[in-house]
Amino acid sequence: MTETIQKLGLGIFLIGLTLFCALVFLGDYELSSKQFEKVISDKGIKSKLFIENINTTIIDKKFSGPFKFSSTIISALEISNASHKKNKEWNKVIWDKPHNFSYQIAKEAGSGPIKENKGLFWFLTFGLGIFGSLLYIIPNVITLGPPGIKNNGIYFNSTTNKGYLGWFVFIFLVAFYVLLYFFPDYIINWTYIVDPISQSLSGNLASQWFLYGFLYCTVMTVMAVRMYIKYRNNKYQILRTTSVLFFQIVFAFLIPEILVRFEKPWYDFKNAFPLDYDFFFSWNLNSLIESGGFGLFILVWGIVLTLVIVPVMVYFFGKRWYCSWVCGCGGLAETLGDPFRHLSNKSIGAWKFERWMVHGVLAFSLLMTGFTLYSYFSGSQAVLGIKTQAIQNIYGFLIGSIFAGVIGTGFYPIFGNRVWCRFGCPLAAYLGLVQRFKSRFRITTNGGQCISCGNCSTYCEMGIDVRAYAQKGQDIVRSSCVGCGVCSAVCPRGVLKLENGPLENRTFSPEFPLGNTLK
Amino acid sequence: MNAPPIIVIGNGIAGITAARHIRKKSNKPILIISKESTYFFSRTALMYIYMGHMKWEHTKPYENHFWKKNKLNLLKETVTEIDPKEKTISLSNESILSYDSLILATGSVPNKFGWPGENLKGVQGLYSKQDLESLESLSNTINHAVIVGGGLIGIELAEMLHARGKKVTFLVREESFWNNVLPKGASEMINLHILSQGIDLRLKTNLSEILENENGRAKAIRTDSGEIIECQFVGLTAGVRPNIDFIKNTTIASNRGVLVNKYLETSEPNIYAIGDCAEQQEPLENRRAIEAIWYTGRMMGETVAQTLTGEKTAYHPGHWFNSAKFFDIEYQTYGVVSAHPQEPEIHFHWEDLEKEIAVTIAFHKDSNLFLGINTFGIRMRHEIFNQMLNNESTVFHVMEHLGDCNFDSEFFKSYEKEILSKFNQDYNKEIKLKKKSWTRIFNSKIAK
Repeated sequence: MTETIQKLGLGIFLIGLTLFCALVFLGDYELSSKQFEKVISDKGIKSKLFIENINTTIIDKKFSGPFKFSSTIISALEISNASHKKNKEWNKVIWDKPHNFSYQIAKEAGSGPIKENKGLFWFLTFGLGIFGSLLYIIPNVITLGPPGIKNNGIYFNSTTNKGYLGWFVFIFLVAFYVLLYFFPDYIINWTYIVDPISQSLSGNLASQWFLYGFLYCTVMTVMAVRMYIKYRNNKYQILRTTSVLFFQIVFAFLIPEILVRFEKPWYDFKNAFPLDYDFFFSWNLNSLIESGGFGLFILVWGIVLTLVIVPVMVYFFGKRWYCSWVCGCGGLAETLGDPFRHLSNKSIGAWKFERWMVHGVLAFSLLMTGFTLYSYFSGSQAVLGIKTQAIQNIYGFLIGSIFAGVIGTGFYPIFGNRVWCRFGCPLAAYLGLVQRFKSRFRITTNGGQCISCGNCSTYCEMGIDVRAYAQKGQDIVRSSCVGCGVCSAVCPRGVLKLENGPLENRTFSPEFPLGNTLK
Repeated sequence: MNAPPIIVIGNGIAGITAARHIRKKSNKPILIISKESTYFFSRTALMYIYMGHMKWEHTKPYENHFWKKNKLNLLKETVTEIDPKEKTISLSNESILSYDSLILATGSVPNKFGWPGENLKGVQGLYSKQDLESLESLSNTINHAVIVGGGLIGIELAEMLHARGKKVTFLVREESFWNNVLPKGASEMINLHILSQGIDLRLKTNLSEILENENGRAKAIRTDSGEIIECQFVGLTAGVRPNIDFIKNTTIASNRGVLVNKYLETSEPNIYAIGDCAEQQEPLENRRAIEAIWYTGRMMGETVAQTLTGEKTAYHPGHWFNSAKFFDIEYQTYGVVSAHPQEPEIHFHWEDLEKEIAVTIAFHKDSNLFLGINTFGIRMRHEIFNQMLNNESTVFHVMEHLGDCNFDSEFFKSYEKEILSKFNQDYNKEIKLKKKSWTRIFNSKIAK
């Protein structure tokens, strides 16, 4: 019975997912001259060459699917830009990123059943997806058996053991992020179906970032249901899951959208610099300063958050208060990523690589911000002959998009769910330094009770070899630990406990595990 | 020619701990021989491989490069003979190796009691890596399994097979599960838990014989009541015995295990025995001569390493402790809690059967001296109890300090008040809980 329901759920989910994917290829694009005039005036386009080109190749022509439409616009853009650059007509050059520019035109130009039936297509994609996955997940209450740690078959499952399904999920996620970050003009239809929700919140049509935010919250909510069922024996996991879900939906999604409705800057109050790496970029500082008292409040809050709140909280509770109770990246990792947590690499080599990498990214983000602030206050475009804009672009592309998105989430099924947090997040590196050297947090080992079984190390998403400490009877203080609490949950002998206590003897390490008197 | 090494036979927790601690204090050459696997793995984790929680590589507590880096030479071979006079051992490949000292850490083998059919295909224990491999190779052909023997390995094997969707019948000779170790109340709670998991638990049931099919494989068992239960697999888990068959025909004195004195020395010079295979000639008070337990293996390894690095040290484990997990119920024990207490030992027992948690505290009827505690479904701190036992605290002191003892995860419901209120009621006391104190907890950690 339960198995039938789960199969049915999986089937419905796959139908929703297939339709969602199919949307990329569907829809017609037809730009009227009136719509184009609006784009010209909105964007302040001065290139006659470009306008003429579009008039002959696009206007009043019907394109089926987004690809030809996009490539026609981009080729017009490239031709006109090349000509203007050659003639040094700098004010006629269109500086937008080509696919972002094409996105703005395509969003206007789309037509057909999807744009006309947004609600219906929302139900056929998101609706079926949510319904199907819940139908698949909820019978776990019965199929997993009585409450307890139920990791049965994780290493026999193709999805969670890097089998062909795992690789398929990997390809799917990577493709999604590549489209989202680099080809927004291909996913116009996805944004159409969430337009009504966006309009009800901010009053604006949905951008690809609104789509991402909504999808993110949806996925986290559905997978949080899975967490609630899987860890229903463990109150720490239940509360932690509720907390990340709350901060994602309210702080990262609802509040920023509502701020926009009141013509305030879009801002996520929990997203601390340097994870929020463009906080000090001139466009953001200008926008905050221009929006008056509220903008200044955000500016001060952002600085206080990073310099005071974050380290003080890490002192009292460890970096877990942020990484596994508040953070959005952590939130996705702890819900969507939970089935993949055991895939993190536990070797000493990976640990060495991690330390170089994550502290390298922290240094890079601080260096970039230094350049940014110097440029902001001095007005010069470059520091030591290096263009600030170039450094920002490199960081934004390599760290902000490729590392945090494509690798960070796309590689869940291959390298585990905390690849970004472990190797790439500059905020995690900063929190980690505080946690390592000045925090009350530690994982206590219970005397000599460890039997070296390795459940703790296997299920550590950060790749910490927890057992190496536990079997020595040593308490565990590691900068990377995000305090998810799963090592303690899966320990069959009750050996591990996350706790906050005095700094004294925090890294207690006996010569022998408790038990032997050695007379 | 190189100096002969310290040779360790067996790479389980006892042998490996010995080798590691010798290496910490000395540069002597060390050779570890095992026929089971090249690298040390955690025997207790074998069950998780079968259940799909882990892979083989996860059971190895040290990465493969560890051994070379620490100059611990590994040899995957079978030792066939020991010649204490010549200080040599022979291997099954007919080579002969000299040793400086020899540490026997050969572990255990599952007990067999001469049951008809006990050597059929599809009948086995679960102790070694090879046992696990054998079970895995049979697994696809198993629908129904019968487990014989109600101890820790039995219940683990039941959980393993159950996790892989096999129907499991669990024969327990005693009236109640593990009731030679657990007092009545707790043992009965575990019976109910086993049943609630969907295991066909048969108490007071013995195996009479295992029936064979036409291919020489087990097809059913007959119980002592004559019932025939069809099955494709029979797990023999009626305890283990020291794995010393090849030592029996040497001059090294042995009984059930290799006999050792308190320095873990055998009857032959420079030969030591540790872990499951060692039998104490003079067991310590309240302790058995053979203790086939992970923790005691580790402690004997630590001890013999001191002796072999110049500091002759007697085996002297501290207060007894142990742990296990019965399906979803974790069990910890500190000190002595007898299964069948006899005055002056008396027991205070608290349980919440619906939540499947329980605590049994043993204490002295007259002096109120705290003797030991069993916990089920609640985690408690080893150091605190160790210190209370060292300090000869009273049971009242223990009850006052339950807050210090608690080791459950944060936000878990605590049961200290309920436990204490039952205690006050049972013994007509008015003890009040003291607030958890970090100072006391840390003092107990650093106390010797």
